[in-house]
Amino acid sequence: MKAIFFSRKLLCFLGLLCFLPAAAAQSQPSGTVAITHGKIFTLAGNTIDDGTVVIRDGKIAAVGASVNVPAGAQVIDAKGLQVYPGMFDAITQMGLREIGAVSASVDSNESGNYNPDVVAATAVSPSSEHIPVTRAAGITEVLAVPASGGMDSFGSSGMLGGQASAIHLSGWTIDEMLLKKSAAMVLNWPEIETRTFDFATFTRKEKPFSEAKQEYEKQVNELGDWLERARHYAQALEKGSAAKYERDVKLEALVPVIRGELPVLVFADRARDIRNAVEFCEKQKLRMILAGGSEAYKVKDLLRSKGIPVILRPTLTSPLDEDDPYDRLLSQPAELAAAEVRFAFASFDNSFARRLGQNAANAVAHGLPYDEALRAVTVYPARIFGLDNQIGTIEPGKIANLIVTNGDPLELTTDVRYLFIRGQLTSTNNRHKSLYEKYLNRPKPVN
Amino acid sequence: MRGATMKRTIAGLAITFFAGLAPHALSAANSPAAPSVVLIQNATVLTVSHGTIEHGSILIKDGKIVEVGQSIKAPKDAQIIDAAGQFVMPGIIDCHSHIAVDGSVNEGSVSVSSMANIAEVIDSDDIDIYRDLAGGVTAANILHGSANSIGGQTEVIKLRWGQPAAKLPFEGALPGIKFALGENPKRSNFSIPGQPRRYPATRMGVEETIRGAFTEARDYKKAWDNYNKRLSAGEKNLIPPRRDLKLDPLVEVLEGKRYVHSHCYREDEILMLLRVAKEFGFKVRTFQHVLEGYKVADELAAAGVGASTFSDWWAYKVEAYDAIPYNAALMTRRGVNVSINSDDPEEATHLNQEAAKSMKFGGLSHEEALKLVTLNPAMQLGIDKRVGSIDVGKDADLVIYNHDPLSAYAVVQKTLIDGRVYFDRQRDIAQRPEREKERKALIDKEKKSAEKKPDATVTVGPKPDEKKPEAKKPEEKKPEEKPKPPALMSSTGGAQ
Repeated sequence: MKAIFFSRKLLCFLGLLCFLPAAAAQSQPSGTVAITHGKIFTLAGNTIDDGTVVIRDGKIAAVGASVNVPAGAQVIDAKGLQVYPGMFDAITQMGLREIGAVSASVDSNESGNYNPDVVAATAVSPSSEHIPVTRAAGITEVLAVPASGGMDSFGSSGMLGGQASAIHLSGWTIDEMLLKKSAAMVLNWPEIETRTFDFATFTRKEKPFSEAKQEYEKQVNELGDWLERARHYAQALEKGSAAKYERDVKLEALVPVIRGELPVLVFADRARDIRNAVEFCEKQKLRMILAGGSEAYKVKDLLRSKGIPVILRPTLTSPLDEDDPYDRLLSQPAELAAAEVRFAFASFDNSFARRLGQNAANAVAHGLPYDEALRAVTVYPARIFGLDNQIGTIEPGKIANLIVTNGDPLELTTDVRYLFIRGQLTSTNNRHKSLYEKYLNRPKPVN
Repeated sequence: MRGATMKRTIAGLAITFFAGLAPHALSAANSPAAPSVVLIQNATVLTVSHGTIEHGSILIKDGKIVEVGQSIKAPKDAQIIDAAGQFVMPGIIDCHSHIAVDGSVNEGSVSVSSMANIAEVIDSDDIDIYRDLAGGVTAANILHGSANSIGGQTEVIKLRWGQPAAKLPFEGALPGIKFALGENPKRSNFSIPGQPRRYPATRMGVEETIRGAFTEARDYKKAWDNYNKRLSAGEKNLIPPRRDLKLDPLVEVLEGKRYVHSHCYREDEILMLLRVAKEFGFKVRTFQHVLEGYKVADELAAAGVGASTFSDWWAYKVEAYDAIPYNAALMTRRGVNVSINSDDPEEATHLNQEAAKSMKFGGLSHEEALKLVTLNPAMQLGIDKRVGSIDVGKDADLVIYNHDPLSAYAVVQKTLIDGRVYFDRQRDIAQRPEREKERKALIDKEKKSAEKKPDATVTVGPKPDEKKPEAKKPEEKKPEEKPKPPALMSSTGGAQ
């Protein structure tokens, strides 16, 4: 009973990080830091039971059991604690949406069906309250993905939804936060929908299958046309006849896509839609990353043989169909891992981003090997988006995005004690902790 | 091309077809005859009321717990459940649920819909009953939606999957009524084009709507009291007051025969309802969601009202922007009876995990955290004499996990209600190949009949009134405008 009413002193001690000056909440180039005596889960080789990580100029300079602490380094004693790469939430609307129900605070979904030129980084608000809340859960970087669902996205999100940006969860400006401005092109794969809900009139709409299919095919053809035009545009670019064509920013944005340089993040859940998308992307020679994948298990051989990775919808999601096993989405990751399909976990949200570890842990409870779960929230998403040379493991030369915890980072009750983003010790204070402390100290009402 | 089209059509049709069948298939397999004596052995027993018993046993007779302890001799003919290495806790009680409701939960056309009653639309075939059971839930408070300042009547059920609807109500549990404050009843985030805004449109109007209704109810009660008094005094030729189905439940509230469960978010509206309740002389039984409850925890404690909240939902609307995951712990520390609820069929499948978060956010003890989803909601629903802890004399509503339930790695192995195993993970898994076979056989049958009718691709399609679960619109069913975006988007389709 008494334990919770921490004295102010105790709070200061426990909440050391909360008392860092505001400036320290944001990443800055820094000096040398050594995390000593931690159990280090490098995710690149063996786990080091009692080791040191040296951070210099925002990067990991050294890691090992017998690494010397450089003179003048700031020392973080991690005795009894564990060191992991920070977690990577591969699909969020971070910074693009503050309050779901307030459209003025939502920038995640552009209107119209084809917006390949819009870039998430443009609209990420560095001072969003979601950022510190999310990083307090041990998440150090995310992909901010336009047109990727979430609470606000009633109605259409558009087919070509724009470019997703990989961002560090700390920085004064978006330039400081950027990990990769254009990490993927969003493609919401059209479904054959016989039933839709019209939010304008609040009514259900029914149409025959043949009509729904025609609409679907029209959309796919239109998409094909866009890519065809982008190809012609790219040819014109290559021939250097700049004077002879009109600049088109939308087609220009698609050039890296048709060249296979920028992956396409294809949102699809039903096996039929996934198959269609795979077929389309193969024909168009696009690099496909599947997002959602509720029925990926039905097409696991296809995904493995084509080498298509999946960003999985949260495991804590109801199965699509009434007659699916109740644990369909919980057991899918284990099934995909056994079939050697590459995947990563993601929240597909903002306010639920902090459930990333919980979602991964629930997959472990349903048969996924623990190491795979840990990798699926760190190095696997990094690899899928081509960022694994920069983040995802604790190895010399990588950006120092690290967490120091008092236990398993996927477990519900684990605390993140220290958090480093780009080598900077970064506060885990946030809106929730501040409100907690404020009301913890509310005096008893006078009357 | 044509072949592919047909295949898709059939697949779609088959899904629709089987979806309707599945619950029945499951329910048959999950209605085992109840053995009269059951002994659970070798378990870590989390009693919630009197600590943890290692290598403990629970003896169940005729659906009731008759003995709890370390060494109980197995009576003759007892069904033995060996739970070595496993954890038993009281069945989870979800104080805010909308499962098992046939159709929409909102009679949203009027600001006072107290005449509507959830108890009349309980759907015992709803697959969410089984899924929540598989998540350890044994009882749930089934609520009307939050579109109205005073909403419909509510009912507590036990998740007796496979039993007819008439067998689901929790015997003797007091019925309730849903109230709602804030953005939902004032329809801030909803508008239907072409329709004028409904009164109330402000928090001021919400208060007056409730005051207006109770003013009417008080007069109505007075008229009836007066009539009954004169009748019992022997007066003849009396004309009874006109019966009012809207006001009857409100009179029950005034008489303490019906619990008020009020949806709310902001601190000011919480205090508002407490003032109105005081003015009219009724009690608020629970505040639901109550995401700013931590700001007025002392006031809640003083009023003796329960608080049923979420673990960590926030920012989906303005009134949820000050929501904090420390809410449950802060209110508990100030003496409020707190529970954690789901408001969502999926969230209900891991309420044990949601309760565990209060240990991290605010430092509740293991037992305090467990109480948030067992004994505390039982007290809030007035059913704590029957359920909520593992004590002699209580109903044998129990969950068996393979690990400590306050961990993300714990999986429910069995769920018992009234001493009967209603969910068994091993049995569920064992039945899957058989169900898959049945599903395939039916798809093949459909394929064959479709081949006979080559135009089937054009003509087949679900009839408008056919139940098609994958096309269910959660927004219609979920009045709380709760988040859960991933699930929501996947089932609405297309939006992503």
